[in-house]
Amino acid sequence: MTKQPTKKILQELHLKMVRIRRFEEEAGRLMEDAKIPGALHLYVGQEAVASGVMQNLNDADQITSTHRGHGHLVAKGGEFPQMYAELYGKATGYCKGKGGSMHVSNMDLGMLGANGIVGGGPPIAMGAAFANQFLETKNVSVAFFGDGASNQGQVYEAFNMAELWKLPIIYVIENNQYAMGTALKRSSAQPDLHRRGESFAITGLQVDGMDVMAVKAAGEKAIAHCRDGKGPIILEMMTYRYRGHSMSDPAKYRTKEEVAKVRKERDPIDHVRDMLLDLKISDEVALKAIDKEVKAIVTEAAEYAQHSPEPDPSELYTDVLIEV
Amino acid sequence: MTVQILMPALSPTMTEGTVARWLKAEGETVTSGDIIAEIETDKATMELEAIDDGILAKILIASGTEGVAVNTPIAVILEEGDDASAADAAVTAATPTPAAVVAEPVAQAAAEALPSVPAVPVTVAPAAENIPTGTEMVSQTVREALRDAMAEEMRRDGDVFLMGEEVAEYQGAYKISEGLLEEFGGKRVIDTPITEHGFTGLGVGAAFGGLKPIVEFMTFNFAMQAMDHLINSAAKTLYMSGGQMGCPAVFRGANGAAAGVAAQHSQCYASWFAHVPGLKVVSPYSGEDAKGLLKSAIRDPNPVIVLENEILYGQSFEVPDDPDFLVPIGAAKIERPGTDVTIVAFAPVIHDQRQIQKPALYRGIAVPDDLDSLVAEGYRGDSRRARQAFLRTRINRVRTPLINQNRATA
Repeated sequence: MTKQPTKKILQELHLKMVRIRRFEEEAGRLMEDAKIPGALHLYVGQEAVASGVMQNLNDADQITSTHRGHGHLVAKGGEFPQMYAELYGKATGYCKGKGGSMHVSNMDLGMLGANGIVGGGPPIAMGAAFANQFLETKNVSVAFFGDGASNQGQVYEAFNMAELWKLPIIYVIENNQYAMGTALKRSSAQPDLHRRGESFAITGLQVDGMDVMAVKAAGEKAIAHCRDGKGPIILEMMTYRYRGHSMSDPAKYRTKEEVAKVRKERDPIDHVRDMLLDLKISDEVALKAIDKEVKAIVTEAAEYAQHSPEPDPSELYTDVLIEV
Repeated sequence: MTVQILMPALSPTMTEGTVARWLKAEGETVTSGDIIAEIETDKATMELEAIDDGILAKILIASGTEGVAVNTPIAVILEEGDDASAADAAVTAATPTPAAVVAEPVAQAAAEALPSVPAVPVTVAPAAENIPTGTEMVSQTVREALRDAMAEEMRRDGDVFLMGEEVAEYQGAYKISEGLLEEFGGKRVIDTPITEHGFTGLGVGAAFGGLKPIVEFMTFNFAMQAMDHLINSAAKTLYMSGGQMGCPAVFRGANGAAAGVAAQHSQCYASWFAHVPGLKVVSPYSGEDAKGLLKSAIRDPNPVIVLENEILYGQSFEVPDDPDFLVPIGAAKIERPGTDVTIVAFAPVIHDQRQIQKPALYRGIAVPDDLDSLVAEGYRGDSRRARQAFLRTRINRVRTPLINQNRATA
C-alpha cells in the first residue's frame, strides 16, 4: 500500500467517524429538548465499526442494521437533512417520517433498514445475499448486530443456511459488552462471539473494533472472501457504547469509571486523530476546522428537519400496500 | 390362517387410492417385509409391504384399478400349509368396493327415503365472470392447479423461485411442487432446512433484493415460528420505509382443519393474518380459484398469504387452461346467485355449504325456503375486505350448528 492512499483513507475514515459522532450528539440533544419523538439509541463509541466496514462497500452492497442504526446509514453515505427529518418524523425524512430512528432505511444506498427486532436483520441480509448470488451480481451483504442478538435462534438459522449455500454475507457482531443492561458474561455461555459459527464451519475473526484501520482491514478480507464465493464470514468487533442503551437508560449496570476509562484509553476517534497527527497527515488546526465544518452541517440539517412539514394525516393510509 | 390385505390409509386425508401395480403374482411366496404392491395415494406412490409370511393366494383388485376405497380387501395371503379353498372363502367375504361406485347409491337411497324435499338444482359452480368465453377448461385437482400456477409464473418471470421444506427432491410434502425441480432446476426450486423463522426472513430479504420468492410452509402450523418475519418484516416494511421497500413475496401452504392430528396441526390462520395491515390474504376454494389467485399473488408487488386447504388438494374442478387466466385479489365470487339469504364463506366452508344443498342432508332443516336461495360467496380479499367478510362469516358459523342440531333431532 502506498502512502498516498493510506493518507486519503485515514482522512476519509476520520471524517466519517466525526460525522457519526456529531450526528449522534446532536440527536441526543434534540431528544432531550423533546424535539425528536420516540426512542433513540446512540452509536457513540462504536463509530469505528460502521466506518471501517463500510469503507470498502459499494452503494449496491446491502446492509441491515439494528435499533442502533444511525451510524451505519451515515457511514453508508446517508445525508444528514433526510436523516434528521426521519428522526423528527417529518415528511422530508428518508422514510417520509414513517420509520423514525429505529427503521431508517435507504434503498439507493443499499441500507435495508435499521430494525427494531433484535436479531431480525441477519436473515434479511442473508436474503439479500441470496438474491445477489441468484442474480450473479457479485455484491455482498452485511448484517450488523449486537452481542445481545448473537443469542437469538434465528441468527443460527441464518448461519446454517448461509454456509450451506455459500451465500456472500458478512455477519458483523458489534460486541459492545452489554445487551441493554445485561453484561455479556451474564447472558452468554460462550462469550467468544467470533466462535459462534464454528459448528457451521464459518470462519470467525475477533477484531479490535475501536481501531478503525483494523476494522477496515478485517472488512476488506471479509468482502474479498464473499466476493470470491467462499460463503459467509463472521467478524466480532470488540467495541463499547458510551451512552445508555437508549436515552432513558440510567446505565446503573456499569460504573462511570468504566465508561470514562474506555473513553480515555480506547476512543476510536482519538485513535485515528493521533495517527493523523503522528503521521503528519494533518494538524490540530485542520482537525478543528473539520470538526467545525461537520458541526455546521449538523446544525443546518437539524434546522432543516425542524422546519420540515409534518406528514399529512392521509399518509397513515399510504404505503400500507402497493396499489396494483 | 388367511390374511386379508386391505387398501391401506397411507395419509391422513386418503380416502381412496389406486393399486398401481402388483409386484408379486398369485401363488408366489411372500416374506414379511417384501414389497408386494405399489399404491398411489393422493400424495405419492407408496410401497405396500407384506406383514406376514405366506403365499399370495388371490389378488382381488387388479393392477391399475383406481378409486379403491380405504379398507377394501385387495388380496388374500395364505399361511403355508393352508388349504387353497380358504382363500376362496375369504374372497366371497370380500367385496371389492371402488369408492366412487359406492358413494352415490347410498346417498341416493337416503334421498329416496326422505319425505318430499324441495327440488334444489345442484349445479356446478358457474365459471367466474372473468373467464373469457371459449376458454378451454380442463379437469384438475386443486393440487395440480396450484402446481400449474407456479410453473406458469416461473416460466413467465425468471425472478420467481420456490423455497421451502421438501419442495424440491421430495416433490412437495403434499406433492404440490411435483415436477418443478425437473423443469426449473435446483437454483429455482430449493429445499430448505426445517427453520421457518430463518428461511422466511431469507425470503423477505430476497424480495427486498429484487427477487419474487414463493415460500412454502409445509403447513401453516409451522408458520407460527416465522410470524415475526411475516408481520414485522414482510408486512410492515413498506410502510416504515415510506414506500421504498416492497416485499413481492408469496407465503403459501396448507391451512385449516385436518383430520385427527390434534390442535397443533389443525388450525386456521385466516383471521390472524387478515388483521395485519400490509398483508394480502387469499384462501381459495376451487381449482380455478387456486390457480387464478396464486398466479395473481405471485405477480402482486405486496406480500400475499395464500392459505390452501389439505382437504381440498385432491378435489377436482374445471380449471381454465390459459396461462393468462388470473383471479383478481380482493373480489368476492358468487358461487350461486339468489334473492333472499346471503351465506358468506371461504375455502372448504364453501364446500360444506354446497353440501347442504344435497337432498340427503336436507332432512329436518327448518328453513328450506331460505336455503332455496343459498348464496355461497367465496371471499378473496385484501385485509379490509377480509375483515368484512369474516364478520359475515362468523354470523354464518353461528347458524351452522343450528342446522346440525335440527338434523340430529329430526
